[in-house]
Order: sequence, then structure tokens, then C-alpha cells
Amino acid sequence: MGNNYRYVGKQMRRRDAAEIVTGAAQYLDDLKFQNLLHGKVLRSPYAHALVKKIDKSKAEALPGVKAVLTWEDNPNWRGGTPRNLPILDKKVRYVGDAVALVAATTADIAEEALDLIEVQYEVLPAVLDMDSALKPGAPLVHDEFAGNIIPAGTPFFGPNCLTGLAVGDVAKGFAEADVVAEGTFGYENIPNALPPESVGAVAIWEEPGKVTVWSTTQAPYMDKTVLSHVCNRQVEVRSIGNHVGGSFGTKLMCWQVQTYAILLSGATGRPVKVVFSKEEHMAAFTLRIGSRIHAKVGMKKDGTLTSIQGTWYVDSGYYSFMTQAQVAVGLGEIMIMAQCPNWDLKNVVVATNRNASGSTRGFGGQELKCAFIPLLCLAMEKAGLDPFEVLKKNFVKPGGGYLWRDGDWYQYRGIDYSKAMDKGAERFGWKEKWKGWLTPTSVNGTKRTGIGVGVHGNADIGEDAAEAYVQLSPDGTATIFLCVAEHGTGQKSNYARMAAEVLQIAPERISMSPADSLVTPFEFGPVGSRGTYAIASAVINAAENAKNKLFEFAAAKLNTDPQNLETSDGVVFVKGFPEKKVSWKVLGNDRTVLGFGRFDPDHTLCNCMMSFVEGEVDTETGKVTLLRVLLATDVGQIIDPQGLEGQLNGCLGSAGIDSAIFEETILNRSSGHILNANLIDYKWRTFAELPVIEHVVLETPIPTHRFHAVGVGEIATSPGPSAVLMAVSNAVGCWLHDYPVTPQKVLNALRNTNALSNK
Amino acid sequence: MAANRARRASRKTPGTSRVGFTVNGQYFQFSVGTEPHEIAPTDTLSWTLRETLGLTGTKVSCDQGACGCCTVIMDGRAVLSCKVLTVECDGKTITTIEGLKDPKTGALDPLQQSFIDHTAFQCGYCTPGMIMTAKAFLNENPHPTQEEVKEALSGNFCRCISHYQVVKAVMSAAEKEE
Repeated sequence: MGNNYRYVGKQMRRRDAAEIVTGAAQYLDDLKFQNLLHGKVLRSPYAHALVKKIDKSKAEALPGVKAVLTWEDNPNWRGGTPRNLPILDKKVRYVGDAVALVAATTADIAEEALDLIEVQYEVLPAVLDMDSALKPGAPLVHDEFAGNIIPAGTPFFGPNCLTGLAVGDVAKGFAEADVVAEGTFGYENIPNALPPESVGAVAIWEEPGKVTVWSTTQAPYMDKTVLSHVCNRQVEVRSIGNHVGGSFGTKLMCWQVQTYAILLSGATGRPVKVVFSKEEHMAAFTLRIGSRIHAKVGMKKDGTLTSIQGTWYVDSGYYSFMTQAQVAVGLGEIMIMAQCPNWDLKNVVVATNRNASGSTRGFGGQELKCAFIPLLCLAMEKAGLDPFEVLKKNFVKPGGGYLWRDGDWYQYRGIDYSKAMDKGAERFGWKEKWKGWLTPTSVNGTKRTGIGVGVHGNADIGEDAAEAYVQLSPDGTATIFLCVAEHGTGQKSNYARMAAEVLQIAPERISMSPADSLVTPFEFGPVGSRGTYAIASAVINAAENAKNKLFEFAAAKLNTDPQNLETSDGVVFVKGFPEKKVSWKVLGNDRTVLGFGRFDPDHTLCNCMMSFVEGEVDTETGKVTLLRVLLATDVGQIIDPQGLEGQLNGCLGSAGIDSAIFEETILNRSSGHILNANLIDYKWRTFAELPVIEHVVLETPIPTHRFHAVGVGEIATSPGPSAVLMAVSNAVGCWLHDYPVTPQKVLNALRNTNALSNK
Repeated sequence: MAANRARRASRKTPGTSRVGFTVNGQYFQFSVGTEPHEIAPTDTLSWTLRETLGLTGTKVSCDQGACGCCTVIMDGRAVLSCKVLTVECDGKTITTIEGLKDPKTGALDPLQQSFIDHTAFQCGYCTPGMIMTAKAFLNENPHPTQEEVKEALSGNFCRCISHYQVVKAVMSAAEKEE
């Protein structure tokens, strides 16, 4: 696309590039604090138990130990939705639940003290999966939640928070259907996005009631709000974000570790650092929700959806904070990808005695779709339809709409993504490779290949409010005040790039404030794909606001009206008369200009990603090899070509496509222990096994954005896993519905297929 | 966690010997013992680099030799500094990510520059380990194939999937060296 932008869409180095490649970039654990204490957590060995007695005297007597805290020391601080979960409780609810906190002069002494805390437990029967949790008379994870069902909805999304879909008349819809498919499908393998940096926090009580927290958070300003709630509004929190060593949505909330540091710092009067070990990170920090649907879908012979009815069960683990929010967003997302006039989709959030679920890239939508698309496949197979055509047909288009998280209906006013899907299919060679359902694309000895396709769209690109300040200085420089911690997308550089485009000064002339809630206005956090539209728009608006103020000032000097002015490289001039100019120095040495920008939520737009995958199955070993991935999308306008490339490549990692092939958290469903909470036993993709990856990126301008762009960062992962199931099922010749498709499952499927064909 | 327990058990080990090694061109010598200024027999090299010498460019992720984040170069070879005991480093020459720059001019190593030029990182946490692994590999094999680069980096964990851009960066740096 031709445009006249100086910076938008150009290849540029990231602002933090030199820091990152020299090791100078500072992540939480790299920061130095005077007089620092180290905090450690004593964790429960039982999935469900009452703490009958704790003797901490020996631990407290150990030289170097400064505080030992148990549930008796918890000032009734509670987290969760609803807010019912004490941060330290006399009941433990999963293997790894916090029993006591220790602060000591070294991490070693703190850990040694853990061994000296004597705890008597009364072990209770546990519910370690949704089936046992939902049985009548099952042990209760929380006494308040009858039947282990967690109350629906989150207050953050308003009084009508989406908790289910009830639209049209499903009976009428099924009567109109040519085919109906029904079944139970799940995405319950708990793939962990697993950023390399663990989670942690450092807290310092400045004065009574005021605490400063540095942490691994992806959303520093929101911490101020969340922690204030968790701490019963007894504490005013100043939150500071740093470089974040990967998040993938998981560090949207770090209150579990932040409150420990806050409590320990309050008890000792010293700064306290708590950083989870990798084992704690994988077994005691939040996990992805478990997702299972029992549903039926009605479809006409031409692929038109007529009716969807069923129940979506979500395993939230031992409590919920973000689960209801993920349910709301997931329900909206399924309407975006499956435009159907009749819905009756209920939801149940279940508490179990496993580690809690939290936010993860995909945020409800990936989990729901990974269960729903296999059901849709059965309907498409019955109708003899090509899945690419059906997914394209049913994705929201101008004129369509959807319910979104607040329960309101939104008329979609974005673009038609069919063009991007068609381009993707063409480049992938979909038509040539598609041989029909459960039919391999090729068979060559023991190697069989198959293809699959998935789609995902999210209206979160305009979710939640963002605010920023932009300050202009007479020397032709600018400063952005914005509460965003760089967590890998490179968006901090892009906010500066877009402000530079508005102000027509080089990005190098723009500074950025630290992500510090004391000095910046509100910002929700770079979650989902909201960076490009929501956050950047706040920065752009702030830059425009500052520029207008500058023009008002300069207009008087140039004897003209502000609307006649332009600026470039620190000079304001009259449009069409570049000789009539003043430098930004006209402000004088004692004046700066401060612009404010705000973005108010807009749920009428969504992004879109279609994934095409080609997999190879070895019929001797059962191994699935991902040969090729093609992602097709339309971003309106590319802001940052290299950043976009990286985000799209990210479809493999952070529990995306590979959650269908080998990624899973293995939970012992009888004891509650996680068996692979380390980087050897948890499987991850290495350099040696990279598939061919291709991107088809169109740029159809989106009118609502200053530079006509939408973000797509989050959604690269989501369409992939179900596409892999489809590809492997086609290669093998029978349905595989259980994530991930390990060699054993493939061999079992092959055995069944052979048994059938030999009959 | 096991290493920490061992470290605690050793807290009363008397300081009887010394260990000396060179990091980024500077020689350091410590007595072995349990005081803060000493090297405990169970201190890992990653611990010593980060906590004793303040060289936090070396990152620790899994702390058990599975992810490659903490890779440094010792006597020319890439090693996982979380799996090396500092007391074993006597007489060794160690280079960390902080030591790759030209000490006189401050210029970045061409490999670092290539990582910048190819945006071969996202969150950047695994990047120092990637660069050190690739640096040691290129010293041994200055003209690798893509497949050899991938094999060399196959022990380095990255979740953002910087892999494709890293391979390009390493290949490009190798080609420029010719």
C-alpha cells in the first residue's frame, strides 16, 4: 500500500534493541534494592486440607529470619471473583497452595525456614476434575459455592456481563437444519504459555497505607486497582512495571505474588522480594482454563448455521479471578466466528482442587473454539462441505453483529475479511490439497499428510480505556507518559513511532516515562490485541492535543489561525507557506505543552486470523510433524513490519498451535500433583523442529484508526490447535479429538482405522 | 531447588581455598567459604555472575540446565552457567553478554548488531543466552548452514518464537564475517 508516512510501516529498530542485545535491559530480578529481604512460600502437599495447627517458632528463631506469616496474620485480604479467597487461609485447596510466608536476609535462609515450620493438616477429600466436582454431594472447594459452581459474571464488565448466549429460537433453527451434529469436546490439557521469566514482585512500604510495588506485571496500572481491592482498600499502591520476560496474557495479574511481597514488607518494614522458582511458576501460578462443551449444531447444506445449543463447562481450578471475564469474551468471540441466528449456549464455571486458572493468550476464545470447531467439523463432514468455505462464510461481515462481554449487541462496522482468507487459501494451495474429510492429502509409505484450517476473531482490539499524556518541549522534543511495560511485542516503540508521525519529529526525539502509576494516567494494559487501536489511539490523541495547543500558541506569533498550521522537525509553519514559520522555541525556555489523550472502548470492530496447517503423521511411530503453517490476516495498515512478523511467528509458542501436538500440563488426577512442572518434562518446540511459516497480510484501511490499523498480536495462536486436529484426523483417516495428539493417541487411532478397514 | 538445599547444607563449610577466574577480561579471585564476599562451594556460576559480580545480563529461567537462558562462554565453549559450580572455574576465562562489546571502542559485536538489525528478539529474556550460544558456535563453525545453526540453538528456549528471526540474524552475521 502506498502511503506518505515517514515512520509508520517502516523498518525501524526497537528503542530497547541495544539494551536487549547487551544484557542491559532490566527485568524484575535484575533490579537492586538496599536492605532487601527475600520472601519464600511454604506450600501445601495436599490438594485439599484444613490447617489444624501451625508452629512457626523454630522458623522464627532461625538467624536471619525477619517474618513468618500464616493465615492468622492475614488482615482479611481477599482476591477472586467474587472476592472470597483469602490470600492465606486456614484451608488449602490445591497441591502448592500457600500455607505460610517467610522473609529472611537471604533466599537460602528463607527456604531453610520453610522446613522449620510445623504444620498439622486434616486432609479432606478432593475434587480433581469437573466430573467429580459436579457430582451431587461432592466435597466443596469453597463452602460458599454450592455444587462447586462459581457464580457467573464479573462486575468489571457491568451488571449484564455475558454469561451465556440466548438468541433467537433454537428449536426453529434445528428444524431448518439439513444436518445436525452433537457431541462432547474438550480442550483440557492445560497448555502453559510459560514465559521464560518467572513471576515476582518487590514491595516497599513507604509510609503507613502506602506501598510501592515493582513486579513482572504486564499491566502495571491495573495492579493499582486490583491490589487496592485485594488489600481491602487499606493500601494505596504505586505500581511500577519493568521489562517483562514474556507474558502471553499470564502476567495480566500477579496479585498472588505481589500481595505476598506487600504483606512481608509490611511485617518487616523493609523491601521484600518474592520471585517464584520455575517449579512454582508452572505449578503454583495461574494456568489456562479447562474447556469442555456438550453441544449440538444445526447447519444447512450450503454451510449456513441455523442453530447452536449446549453447555460450556469451564474448569477454573481452586478459584477464579479472570475466568468469568474469559467466559464473557469467549462467548462473544464464538459469535464472531459463527454467525448463527439461534443460540442457546449456557456456561458453568467449576471449582476443582487443582491450581487456579488465570488469564492466558486466547482468553476464553481459544479454549471455547478448540472445543467447538471439532463439533463443527462433524456437521461439515455430514454435509460434505469444505471447512475453509464454511469458516469463511460464517465469520462476521459488515451488517452482521455479535453480543459482547457487557451483554450488549454490537453491529459490526469493520471490514470483510473474506479477501484475506481467499488470499491465504490461494497461497497455501488449499483447493489442491483438500481431498475431503478424513482423507489424507498424500500417502508416501509410512508418511501421510493432511491439512486443516481454523479461524479466530476478537473484538478486544478496542476494549477498555487508555489514557496518555504527551508533553512538548521548546527544544523540539516530546515525552510520552504512558503506563505500559514492554513485554515483548515492541509496542512501546510503536507508540513513540505513531506519536512521531503525528508530531513529525524523529522517534529518537521522543522519550517515554517509566510505567509508573504515580506519574502516568490510567492504562488497562497491553492485553489481547488492544495495543494498536486502544492504547495507540490514546497516545495519538494526546499528541494531537499537544500539537493543537502548540498551534494555538504559535498562531498568535504567525498572525494566523491554528487550523492553518502544520509542524515538521520542530518547526511550525503556515500550510503552503513554509517560509512563514516559527520554531517550537517560540514557547520560550520556561514553558512546556501538555496534551492529554483518551481512548474510550469501542466493541464494534474485530480482527481476524485464519490459520492453514499441513501436518505429517508417521504411521510407524505415531509422531506428528508440523510441516507448514500459513497465517492470513488483514491489519488495515502495517505499523511495524518486523514486530508483526514476530507476533505472527508466535503462533507456535506460548501454548498456541503446539498445544495440539505436544504441549500439556500433566496433572495427577488422584493426588493433585502436577507431574511435569519443569522445562525438561514440559515439552516445547526447539529450533531443530521449525515448520515452514508464511504470512499473508493484507492492508485494507480501517477508517476508525488514525493510521487505519488494527492489532492482531494475540490471535496468532488461537485458530491453530483445532486446525491441527483437523489435519491429523484427515491424515490418519479417523477423528482425533483429544488434545494433544501424542504418538500414542495417533497409534491408537491408526489401529482403530485399520481394524475398521479390515472388516 | 535441590541446588539451594545443597547450598544451605554447606553454609558452615570453612573457607580454605581460593578460586580465581577471568570475566570479560577482568581477573577475580575469591576465597571459598560462606561469607557474603566468598564463593560457596555450591554457588553456581550464574549465581556468582548475577549476585556477586552484578552481571545481570546473564538471565536465569529454569535454573536446571534445560532452557539455555543462562549460557555464557567459558574457554571458548558455550556452557550453561546454572549447571557450572563457580569453584570449578579456577583458571577459566569467561565471557558474558556484557563482555561482547569491543572493550576499547564500545562497538557492538557484529552478532549483536545483526540481532538488532533483524529484530531477532521479542521479550528479550532468552536473547543473551541465544547470542552467547550462537557466538560460541560461530567461533567453531564460521560458515554454517541454516540447519547447523538450528541444531546449535536447539537447547535455547524461547516462547515468543523469535527463532526464525534469530536464524536469519546468525546467518547474516556469519555471511558478513566472510
